[in-house]
Amino acid sequence: MQETFTAVADIIAETCNIDRTTIRPESHTINDLGIDSLDFLDVTFAIDKRFGIKMPIERWMQEINDGKGSVDDYFILQNLCTKIDELMAAKPA
Amino acid sequence: MRLEYFQLVDRVEEIDPVAGVIRTTAQVPDKSTIFEGHFEGFPILPGVLLVECMAQTAGHLVLVLEKFVRMPFLTQIERAKLRRFVEPGQRLSVTGRLVHLGSGYAVASGKIESDAGLVAEAEVRFRTLPFPNDAMRQIMLKEVRRLGLEVPPADESPAP
Repeated sequence: MQETFTAVADIIAETCNIDRTTIRPESHTINDLGIDSLDFLDVTFAIDKRFGIKMPIERWMQEINDGKGSVDDYFILQNLCTKIDELMAAKPA
Repeated sequence: MRLEYFQLVDRVEEIDPVAGVIRTTAQVPDKSTIFEGHFEGFPILPGVLLVECMAQTAGHLVLVLEKFVRMPFLTQIERAKLRRFVEPGQRLSVTGRLVHLGSGYAVASGKIESDAGLVAEAEVRFRTLPFPNDAMRQIMLKEVRRLGLEVPPADESPAP
């Protein structure tokens, strides 16, 4: 997870022009880092490319709207990194 | 082109959804009020319309890939390069290539060529959203048919 977090934090820092030292595993992408929806699309694209996955953002948003998950489940970085690791583990060999 | 309707593409010449490639043609009109202002005595198609032409071309590819369930809305333009002037009456060939189809977004590259050579390039990014209503979806289906694209019967069904 540490490796994933490092990569994701680097992506966020570069894509959103945010001081890398302020990005921590417990950082909330919106509340702490101030990433808006357009920048989050850029981050998503960069993460999808970097890890060779397709983060199901639309499904996650639906789960939040349906009360099956919370915003923190996806927007706190350590949780997002866990999701990324799960998606990578699920990739066909 | 029907500039007054902001329709910058005339016809889909080829589309390969598997390869993620679309090619369209666009005929710049001989006359338009746009040329009266841009510029009087030196009419040229505004560069932003070349960008829109690439976006519409790529957007139609995304529409097909999303099976007419989600509508692409332009959100970002990267590395746009406008290399040549485009004059009234010119015929343009526009190519769109899918870079990535993500969840709720798409990224494509666009290229415009004319008889004179490479005219413009850009990367365009879209937010893809469910159609706000079925009326808009039907209008888009009508538009893609106008461009010569066939809509598979399965995609004709109302969006879920």
